[in-house]
Amino acid sequence: MNDATESTVPFEVTDELIAEHGLKPDEYTRLLEIMGRQPSLTELGIFSVMWSEHCSYKSSRFWLKTLPTSGACVIQGPGENAGIVDLGEGWAAVFKMESHNHPSYIEPYQGAATGVGGIMRDVFTMGARPVANLNALRFGDPSHPKTRHLVSGVVSGIGGYGNCVGVPTVGGEVNFDAGYNNNILVNAMCVGLARTDKIFYSAAKGVGLPVVYVGSKTGRDGIHGATMASAEFDDKSDEKRPTVQVGDPFTEKLLIEACLELMASDAIIAIQDMGAAGLTSSTAEMADKGGVGIELNLDQVPQRETGMTAYEMMLSESQERMLMILRPGSEAAAEAVFRKWDLDFAVIGRTTDTGRMIVTHKGKVEADIPVATLANSAPLYERPWVPHEPAKVILPQWVPPPDAGILPCLKTLMGTPALASRRWVWEQYDHMVMGDTVQRPGGDAAVVRVHGTQKGIAACCDVTPRYVAADPEMGGKQAVVETWRNLTAVGADPLAVTDNLNFGNPERPEIMGQIVGAIKGIGEACRTLDYPVVSGNVSLYNETNGVGIPPTPAIGGVGLIPDVQKMASVDLKREGELLVLIGEEKGWLGQSLYQQHAAGKLEGAPPPVDLAAELKAGRLVRALIRERVCDTVHDCSDGGLLVAVAEMALAGDMGAELFVYEGKLPGHSVWFGEDQGRYVVSVAPAAAEEVLGRARLLELPARIVGRTGGASLTLAVEASLPLSELRMAHDSWLPNYMAGV
Amino acid sequence: MKARIKITLKNGVLDPQGKAIEHALSSLGFSGVNEVRQGKYIEVDLADGDAANARETVEKMCKDLLANTVIENYDIEIAS
Amino acid sequence: MIRSAVIVFPGSNCDRDVKVALEAITGFPARMVWHGESEIPACDLIVLPGGFSYGDYLRCGAMAAHSPIMRDVVAKAKAGTPLLGICNGFQILLETGLLPGALMRNASLRFICRDAFLRCETKDTFFTRCNRVGEVLRMPVAHHDGNYFADEDTLDRLEEDGRVVFRYCDADGAVTEAANPNGSQRNIAGITDSTGRILGLMPHPERLFEPQLGGTDGRRIFESAVVSIAEAMVG
Repeated sequence: MNDATESTVPFEVTDELIAEHGLKPDEYTRLLEIMGRQPSLTELGIFSVMWSEHCSYKSSRFWLKTLPTSGACVIQGPGENAGIVDLGEGWAAVFKMESHNHPSYIEPYQGAATGVGGIMRDVFTMGARPVANLNALRFGDPSHPKTRHLVSGVVSGIGGYGNCVGVPTVGGEVNFDAGYNNNILVNAMCVGLARTDKIFYSAAKGVGLPVVYVGSKTGRDGIHGATMASAEFDDKSDEKRPTVQVGDPFTEKLLIEACLELMASDAIIAIQDMGAAGLTSSTAEMADKGGVGIELNLDQVPQRETGMTAYEMMLSESQERMLMILRPGSEAAAEAVFRKWDLDFAVIGRTTDTGRMIVTHKGKVEADIPVATLANSAPLYERPWVPHEPAKVILPQWVPPPDAGILPCLKTLMGTPALASRRWVWEQYDHMVMGDTVQRPGGDAAVVRVHGTQKGIAACCDVTPRYVAADPEMGGKQAVVETWRNLTAVGADPLAVTDNLNFGNPERPEIMGQIVGAIKGIGEACRTLDYPVVSGNVSLYNETNGVGIPPTPAIGGVGLIPDVQKMASVDLKREGELLVLIGEEKGWLGQSLYQQHAAGKLEGAPPPVDLAAELKAGRLVRALIRERVCDTVHDCSDGGLLVAVAEMALAGDMGAELFVYEGKLPGHSVWFGEDQGRYVVSVAPAAAEEVLGRARLLELPARIVGRTGGASLTLAVEASLPLSELRMAHDSWLPNYMAGV
Repeated sequence: MKARIKITLKNGVLDPQGKAIEHALSSLGFSGVNEVRQGKYIEVDLADGDAANARETVEKMCKDLLANTVIENYDIEIAS
Repeated sequence: MIRSAVIVFPGSNCDRDVKVALEAITGFPARMVWHGESEIPACDLIVLPGGFSYGDYLRCGAMAAHSPIMRDVVAKAKAGTPLLGICNGFQILLETGLLPGALMRNASLRFICRDAFLRCETKDTFFTRCNRVGEVLRMPVAHHDGNYFADEDTLDRLEEDGRVVFRYCDADGAVTEAANPNGSQRNIAGITDSTGRILGLMPHPERLFEPQLGGTDGRRIFESAVVSIAEAMVG
């Protein structure tokens, strides 16, 4: 029988204490019912982290369950540390994206660094060597006083961690919007590579097995980080400054090597990293999945600080720690591996057949909770939501043409925060370490080789928050198809996605409406494209003083290139080729960057996504790449056709002559419209007719839009735009901004 | 016995971090800052209770590892 | 048979990359030697790879320079075994005193990862005999502390003795301030000892040794080593 109350210091459960633990009064009542008595302080802490939004997905779970999670390539869908897809020939890609938004706002360097560390642990926990990091970053308006400091801290934190561990940071996105002024987003994604017969899971199957703690010592870092990550900010949060976790990438590197070394033997039955909610959630989840009980003796936990209580140890978020269940008798061999790598190793408990989690410290039982209930009793809310008001369609002619001409307008747009080069950012990331990066940052998707083979893993992450804000369902769909197109554009078969859903307070029906809409859109796109969701993370309550962030469901896509010799990139390579635009043109300017620039505001419905057309265009482009008809492809996204061509020209340091549009749409809407489902491919003149013909057979519109060559972009009678001038505009904004110029 | 070690860049060695701090201070409105030089501070807790021995040991630690005498000076303070 | 050894420190992270390059170019397996060992098996070439040995804590390379294996690295190098230090390996070479000077924080204070251009200043070394003097090589840099510093006398002596092997330059070979990625004195990217058998450089030749990685300029350093070793064998 449990009798925790007898052994703990008497304390009073006040309303304040419950509120401080992020529990609502009715949630506390539920806790009392489960326990059948007043909980000890440690138990209260344990429940509070397990029931936090961060760990329990209590507001989003109902809707997340509607997402497609299975498919021919899926080895592991959501529910484990990361998702896994099959790459063939015994290889698997293990990947996930996770947010570290709140910690990064409070301490940008450490917040971002520990975000990168955490996501890599999720991946190598499963037996994979991390091979690529990506990250989706959203900052406030550049003119906001905090923005520069946050950009600088986050970027150096990501670099500081990933560079040291020696995993290339190969891609991602960086955006600025006033909507993130007080709530920046730092979403880190990691892709790892495993052998399909050497995948590790977290289920602690078996009774009487040693529970082993490895990695760094436990300190008082980030206690209640998980509950903090689920609370809104107010003006006082700057002062609260909860103990921020500090990352130690050196230890992480040792931990990766030690874990992978031990994984090569058969010593490990189950393994899980200690992330948010540390020892609590790792033990509860492992025991629950294994259908066993677990006993922990906290006296054995390696500790960095003196006088730590059971409460603190169970809730600590100290980084670079893992929990393993070992095969009995393998402890000594396992310990030797960790000692070799100078890491702590301690047997801190055993699995039992009692079905209870029993935590003792200094001879006292500090917690005694039924595992299955703890792991599965989190509240599930079907929160009220209101559907989004449909936005009106803006016709192209309603948005005025540029005053000074198309090319001058392009130059201006290319130098805006939305489109300016991110080179300043990714040059601070080691994107080549590990020696397999065959497409560096700056293209549509990054590509790393499966080490020792000619296979390539393509990865990217995308979302266009302004589209989601205008129409959550269409915006959710668009985020998915944009990753799908980016993978397609390098020649990859898109396999699966991870999602990182960042929203405001779900207790407000209009925010919940955004969440519901976005998930519906994501679900529909993923189902139609056979592109399942295999892992993900939800970050809610991203708001300050009642103002939520723009809805930001970031999608991380992963694809497979069967042979990296047959790959495409964005840079123009040869003079005299023809640029062919594949996909339908509607001149859609609603919610476009051009509209924002020319009309001074964003309005109307976002460009619609036609999934059937996406499939057709994607298949054609992949076929052209595989048949080596073309090796230069770029999808059209932010800024439309002309921005796509400009990016291709800058990447290849080669100009292009643009042909005058002779159709019915207003010219500026053709050059700057953000219609979906489109690609620009550069092909030899002799092949252009073939490309047009094949598109026609598929009933896909396609037309020739220009010819490569020279050192400028030219368009009819307009003054030509030298690439050097365009490059200056494109490259200088971010470095100048960061230097305070 | 505690040894407090200050490690600073030698005069004449460019200190970009110091320069950056100097720049930041002036942009925060602190005027009259002539120069900023930054360095490291290391505390070593020693079992040896003899101050002279301790100094000798720490001196060796500095030369062997803690400071790079190509570019850095060190200063040792022994406190009981 | 060419026997190369790559020393692995805790925190090394380009050890595998350089092993792959060595094996592809020499045609023979490279041996990985753990820093805790006391002796390196007999070999024709030792490489100290890039990475963040000991997390770059305290100073880059400072703690690795005191690893047990370094005694034998120094002994073998002094006895004539060629030794190549890349990036963190270069930092370690300076910390051991095998090469003069120090590597400080980049002038920009930022980590920098990009292709740099190097001008080859001498072919009288074990690692550059296949190059031409004045040849421009493209090679990636990826470091936070690559700002080479030495006092003026040391710099003058290095120049006089022809021990500056690579300088940062622009694509046309001009040694300019704009082409210097980290503030290194006299744009120095790599130096050698007086025998030409110990080379330390910040750029990563192993990162551009095959076309799929974007270029092959890095191969030359390893190819020069192969030629030098083969010649020594023939006598």
